[in-house]
Amino acid sequence: MSDPTGLIVAAVALTAATVFGLLRARRDGRLRDGGRGDALRLSSGELGAALGERATLVQFSTALCATCPGTRRLLAGVAAETPGVRHVEIDAETRLDLVRRVEVMRTPTVLVLDRAGRVVRRASGAPTRADVVSAVELATAD
Amino acid sequence: MPDPTPGVPVRVDPRGPRFAAVLTTLVLLLVLLTGSGVLLAAQAVVFALGAVAGLRWSPYGWLYRRLVRPRLGPPRELEDERPPRFAQAVGLGFAVVGAAGYLSGVTWLGIAASAAALAAAFLNAAFGYCLGCELYLLAVRSRARLSNG
Repeated sequence: MSDPTGLIVAAVALTAATVFGLLRARRDGRLRDGGRGDALRLSSGELGAALGERATLVQFSTALCATCPGTRRLLAGVAAETPGVRHVEIDAETRLDLVRRVEVMRTPTVLVLDRAGRVVRRASGAPTRADVVSAVELATAD
Repeated sequence: MPDPTPGVPVRVDPRGPRFAAVLTTLVLLLVLLTGSGVLLAAQAVVFALGAVAGLRWSPYGWLYRRLVRPRLGPPRELEDERPPRFAQAVGLGFAVVGAAGYLSGVTWLGIAASAAALAAAFLNAAFGYCLGCELYLLAVRSRARLSNG
């Protein structure tokens, strides 16, 4: 107890975690611009599922992901009530080729594709319903 | 102590692991303040019970069910036990290394491992952010890269 090193290190660890947590909470699940310059484009062959006629919501998941089921319900719900929009869920562990290509670092990662399969918006972390709906509007606008 | 139905994922009240993270944060804080390798070893045993046997066998899970949950009412939804259980295994790794450090006199190792575990437990307790769960995909990615050469 006489040595203050542990106390100082604990204070540093808690401060760092707080900063990280606050930044993460602000960015988590925010749908942002899909790409730099030439947008990434995915085909139905790569996805292993047909693209939606107007837009596709691609979700990368793993079994060990606490927020993936909630995101699945959200995206499936938006797809069900928006004509021409499909929800495609991809198991990241069995599709590491696609994970590398799309640079998925964590799950859930959500991509919003337009009708041609171009990535219009992407989010890492669970997005909100309002964000998904406005991203779908953007993807389906011509 | 196998899971009730093997093959079917166990589902837990998500507030249980969150409560456990609060207790873990307090214990790890105490470890850093006192430099007690024995206390960190005890926390390692708690991690091991949760990771190997399942969250319901963790003492913190037991406390949650006995003391906290009766006051909260039923959960709105249940979550898969595997992500928080994986995170307990990550915590176990840090706790074992840290306890070995403290108990063998390599104090800096004990402090470093405890601080890493404290940061992760605090993120979970304060923000509901499970760092151990997030590491899972990165671990799978790097493992695949290694085996592919």
